[in-house]
Amino acid sequence: MPYQLAWFIWTLPVFAFLAITLVLRPFFNHRPHWSAYATITAIGAAFVLSIWALITVLQSPDHLLAVPRIEWAVIDGFTIHLGLLVDSLTAIMLVVVTGVSLLVQIYSQGYMHGDPGYPRYFAWMALFTANMLGLVMADSLLFMYVFWEGVGLCSYLLIGFWFHKKSAADAAKKAFLVTRLGDFGFLAGILTLYFSQNTFDIEALRTAAAAGAIAGTTLTLAAIGIFAGAAGKSAQFPLHTWLPDAMEGPTPVSSLIHAATMVAAGVFLVARMFPVFAYSETALNVVAGIGAFTAIFAASMGLVANDIKRVMAYSTISQLGYMMLALGAGGLAAYASGGSLPIEEAISLGVAVGMFHLFNHAFFKCLLFLGCGSVNHATGTFDMRYMGGLRKYMPFTTLTFVIASLSLAGIWPLSGFWSKDEILVTSWNYIPVWFYVALVTVFMTAFYCFRAVFLTFSGEYRGGEPGAHVAAHSTPGHEQSHMPHESPRVMLVPMGVLAVLSIVSGWINLSGGFSSFLGHSAESEGGWLQTLFGVFTHPLPFISLATAAAGIFLAFAMYNRKWVSATAVGRAFSPIYKVLYNKYWMDELYQGILVKSFLLNGLFRGAQEMDADVVDGVANGIGNTVVGFGKGMRRMETGQLQGYAVAIAVGLVAIMLGLYFWT
Amino acid sequence: MNIPYLTLILFLPVAGAIVVALLPKPEQKTIRSVALVFTLLSFFLSIGVFLGFDRSSAAGTMQFEEKLSWLPAIGSAYHLGVDGISLVMMILTTLIGVLTILVSWKVTSRPREYFIWLLVLETSILGVFTSVDLIMFFIFWEVELVPMYFLISIWGTGRKEYSALKYVIYTITGSALMLAGILTLYFSVGTMDMAVIAQTDLSKATTIIPLAGIFVLLLIGFAIKLPVFPLHTWLPDAHTDAPTAVSVVLAGVLLKMGGYGMIRFNVGFFPSVAEDAAPILMALAVVNVLYGAAITLRQTDLKRLIAYSSVSHMGLVLLGVFALTPVSLTGATLQMFNHGVVTGLLFAMVGLVYDKTHNRNLGKLGGLARQMPIVVVVFSIAGLASLGLPGTSGFAAEFLVFVGSFTSTTVTSARVLTLLSAFGIVLTAGYILWMLQRVFYGPPKEEYNRVPDADRVEMLCIFSFVAVIGLIGIYPAILTNVIQVGTRSLTVLVGAP
Repeated sequence: MPYQLAWFIWTLPVFAFLAITLVLRPFFNHRPHWSAYATITAIGAAFVLSIWALITVLQSPDHLLAVPRIEWAVIDGFTIHLGLLVDSLTAIMLVVVTGVSLLVQIYSQGYMHGDPGYPRYFAWMALFTANMLGLVMADSLLFMYVFWEGVGLCSYLLIGFWFHKKSAADAAKKAFLVTRLGDFGFLAGILTLYFSQNTFDIEALRTAAAAGAIAGTTLTLAAIGIFAGAAGKSAQFPLHTWLPDAMEGPTPVSSLIHAATMVAAGVFLVARMFPVFAYSETALNVVAGIGAFTAIFAASMGLVANDIKRVMAYSTISQLGYMMLALGAGGLAAYASGGSLPIEEAISLGVAVGMFHLFNHAFFKCLLFLGCGSVNHATGTFDMRYMGGLRKYMPFTTLTFVIASLSLAGIWPLSGFWSKDEILVTSWNYIPVWFYVALVTVFMTAFYCFRAVFLTFSGEYRGGEPGAHVAAHSTPGHEQSHMPHESPRVMLVPMGVLAVLSIVSGWINLSGGFSSFLGHSAESEGGWLQTLFGVFTHPLPFISLATAAAGIFLAFAMYNRKWVSATAVGRAFSPIYKVLYNKYWMDELYQGILVKSFLLNGLFRGAQEMDADVVDGVANGIGNTVVGFGKGMRRMETGQLQGYAVAIAVGLVAIMLGLYFWT
Repeated sequence: MNIPYLTLILFLPVAGAIVVALLPKPEQKTIRSVALVFTLLSFFLSIGVFLGFDRSSAAGTMQFEEKLSWLPAIGSAYHLGVDGISLVMMILTTLIGVLTILVSWKVTSRPREYFIWLLVLETSILGVFTSVDLIMFFIFWEVELVPMYFLISIWGTGRKEYSALKYVIYTITGSALMLAGILTLYFSVGTMDMAVIAQTDLSKATTIIPLAGIFVLLLIGFAIKLPVFPLHTWLPDAHTDAPTAVSVVLAGVLLKMGGYGMIRFNVGFFPSVAEDAAPILMALAVVNVLYGAAITLRQTDLKRLIAYSSVSHMGLVLLGVFALTPVSLTGATLQMFNHGVVTGLLFAMVGLVYDKTHNRNLGKLGGLARQMPIVVVVFSIAGLASLGLPGTSGFAAEFLVFVGSFTSTTVTSARVLTLLSAFGIVLTAGYILWMLQRVFYGPPKEEYNRVPDADRVEMLCIFSFVAVIGLIGIYPAILTNVIQVGTRSLTVLVGAP
C-alpha cells in the first residue's frame, strides 16, 4: 500500500464530519439520510484501506508500514512532528475499529430513524471514529494525546446526544470529567517522559525504555501516569464510575464506545507504551492488580443490575480488567520466571494476550449492545423486569444475543473462550493470586450474562415498561406497538455479521498466528484443527469451562426454571445485595461526599469566603481606613482662624522645646 | 519604506474618535460605521506589519522602529517599535478592537461618547504595547484608566460606580509604585530607552536602591493588572459590572498589559533577579490557577464565572513567564493571545445570552440549546478552547506552557509546580461543562421560547473569534514563529542555550 493512503484512513471520516456539518446539515437538511451515507461511505472506505494496510503490514518483513513524518512546527527548538506509526498492533486496531464502526453505522440507520438529530448523530459518529483511528495511528505521544482528548470530546457529545434529558447531560459531563482526571495523569506521564528523553516519539521512547535510558522512579512514575490515563478511558477502578452512566447515549453509541473506540483506547495505550511498563515491576503490579480487581469488582455489580445495558456496561469494565491483567501478568512473566524469560519476550507475551482479548471482545460486546438496542427498539425499555419471552417475537435477536453471551462467558469453541483461556494461563503461570480472582470472575460473568439472557428472552412477555422510562428512552421515530417485534433488516444484518465473528474470531490464534504477528511466538502444537480440540489435553481449560457452565446453570436454575427464587436469594444475602445494588456507594462517595461536601461546599467554599472576606476585605478595609482618616482630617479643617492660630502656636512651642532638649 | 506604520496603527482609533466627535449629525449608525472603519484600518495595517516582520534568526529584536526627539533633557523620545512579543499583543489589540465595535453594534445609550471612549481606549492600549520609551509607556498605561472609568461607570450594570472606582484605585496604586520604579531605573542608567536598558547589564550598574527593589516596584503594578493573587479582587467586580464590549477588552487585552510588562521589564531588564524570584512567583501562579478555578466553580452568575476563570487562566501566563525557558515564555505569550481571544469570545457570548434572555443567573437559565442553536455551538467551542481541548488555541498555549515550565532547569521546584497547575485542566473542565449544562442543556424552558438566535452581525463577530481559535489551534506556529523572535533575546540573558 502506498504510504500516503495511510493518512486517508483517519482523515476520510474527518471529511465526512466536515461535509455533514458544513454542507449537508445547513443546506440539505431535508435529506437527513445523506449524512448517514456520507459517514458510512467514509468509514467503509477507511475499512478497505485498513484491510489493505493490514495485508501490507503482514507481508512486510518487519511488520511495519513506513510513513514519513511531516514537520509541523518548530517552537524554540521544540519540534512538533505529525507522523503515523502503522505496525502490527495498529493494523489490528485499524481493522477492528473501522470494521465495528462500519457495522454500527449501518445499524444506526435503523435505530436512529426519524430522530431530529439524525445528521448531528452521524457527524459526531464520524468524528468519533476518526479520532479513534488517529489515536491508534499516531507516532508521538503528543499527537496521540490530541486524538485522545478528541475521543473524550466525542464521547461527551454522543453520551449527551439527547441533551434535553438531565440524566444524559449529567452522564456526558461525568464521562468527560472522570476521564479528564485520568488524562491529567497521562499528561504528567508525557511530560515526565519528555523531560527525560526530550522527545514525544513513541518508537524512540520505547527504545529508550528498553535500553535503560529511562529507569528507576522516573520510569515508574511515567508508567503509572500513563496508566492513570488508560484507567480513565478504559474505566478501571477507581475511575470506572462514568461507564455505567454512559449508556444514556443512543445504544449504538454505547456499542461503539464499549467495543472499539473509547474504552479500547486505554488498553491500546498500555500496549503501545508497554516497554515503559515492562521495565518497572511496580508499574506492572499496579496494572495487573488494578486489572484483576476491576474484573471481579465490576462483575459483582453486574450480578444485580436490572438494566440490561448496565449489566453489559459492568461486563465491559470487567473484561477490560481482564485485558489489563493480561498485560500486567504477561509483563511480570520476566520477573516471575526468574530471568529465564527475557523482558522483550514478556512484553510481546503481554501485548499478544491482552490484545487478543480486546480483539475478540470487540465483536461480541458490540453484538451484545446491538442486541440491547434491538430489544429496546421493540419494547421501549432497558429494564429487564419489564421484558421476558422475547425469543418468540425476536428470534434472530435472541439467537445472536445468546451466541454473544456464550462467547462472553467463555464457552468452547467460541472466540471468548480462547482469549480468556490465554489470560487465565498467563496469570496462573506468573501471578497465581490473581488467577483465582479471575476464575471467580469467570463464574460471575457466566451467571450475569445468562441472567440477562433468561430474564430478557425466556418466560412470558412482561409488557414493556409503562410511563416515563419509555418516553425518556424512545425517540420520536420509534413506533411503539403493543407487542414487540423483530427489528428491521438494516439492524439485523450487522448483528448477523458480528454473530459469525463472535464465533470464529478466536480461531485466528489457534496456530499462534495472531500472537506471532504481535511478536510473540507461542509453542504451536500442529495444525489449528488439532489445537481446536487438543486444548482439552490441559486441565486449565476444563476448570474454566466447568466454572462458566456452573454460572450458566445457576442462572438457568434461578431465572428460567425458578427452582431457586431470585428474591429469596437476594433476601438471604441482603447486606451483600444492598452493597452491590448500590454500586458500593462509589457514586455517593465521589459525587456526594468528595465533590459536593468536601470540595464544592468545603474547600472551594472556604476559598470563596476567604476571597470575599479576607482578600477583598483587606483591600476594602484599607480603602475605608483611608476614607475614614480623610474624614477625620476634614473635621480639623474647620475654617476658624482662632483654631488654626492655637494649633500653630502649640506647634511652634513644641518645635522650640524639641530643639531645646535635643541640642 | 518610510511609512510610519506603527504611528498609523496607534493613532487611527483616536483619529476615528475625533471624526466621531466632529460628526455634524451624530446618528448611532454613522458613529458605529466610522468606528468600524477606523478600527478595521488599524487592524489591516497591523496585519501588514505582521506579514512584513522579519522572522529570520538574524533579525533584529525591535522592528518597524520610529524615533523622534521629544524630551532630550531627560533622554526621552517618541520611540515606537515592535518585537515578536509586542507584535502579537498589537495584533490581538487591533483584532479585539474591531470585534468590540461589532459587539457594541446595538449600543444606543449616548453612542457618541461611548464609541469615542472605546476608540481612545484602543489607542492607549496599543501605545503600551508599541512604546519603546519608558515615559511614553507610562503615559499610555495611565491614559487607559480614563476611558475605562467612564465606560464602566456610565454604561455598566450593577454596582458600576463601585467597580469602576475600585479598578481605578487598584491600577493607580500599582502605577504609583511603577512610576517610582521607572524613575529609579532612569536615574540609575540614564536613559528612557527600553531597548537600551534591555541590553544593559543592570547588575553591574550602580543603582539608587537594590535591583530587587526596582524589580518589586515594577512587578506590583503588573501583578495587579495580570492579576496575581492576592491583588486580583478588582477583576471580578470590574468584569461583571462592565458593559459587554468593555468586558471583552478588559479580559481580551487589558490583562495582557500585566503579562507583557512582566516579560518586558521584570524578565527583560532583571534576568538575575527574576531567576531568584521565580520560585515564589511560580508558586503564586499555582495559587492563581487552583484557587481561581476553585472559586470559579462556586459562581452562579455567568459573567462572574468567566471573570474568575480569567484569574485561573492568567496564572498559566505567570507560570510560563517565570519558568524562564524559551518554550515557556513563548507559551506564556501564546497563552495571553489565546486567553484574549477565548475569554473575549466567552464574554461576547455571555453578552449575547444576556441581551436575549435578560438573565445571567445559572439557576434560572437552561435548555437554551434548542432555542439558540448557533449560540450553543459557538459558546461550546469557546468553552472547549477554554478547557484546553486539542485543536483549539487553548491547547496549543497551555501545552507549551506546561512543556516549557516542566523542563525549566533554573527553578528546582518547577516540575512539581507545573504538575500542580496542570491539575487546573480538570477543574476547568468541571466549571466549563457545568456552565454549558446549566445554560443550554436540560428541557427547554417556555419563557425562552421566543428568544432569537444570533443575527448576522453577531454571527460575523463570533465566527471571526472561532476562526482565530481554530487557526491558532491547528497551526500555532503562525504566531510562535514571531513570538520566538522576541523571546530569543530575553532568554539569552537568562542563560538558556
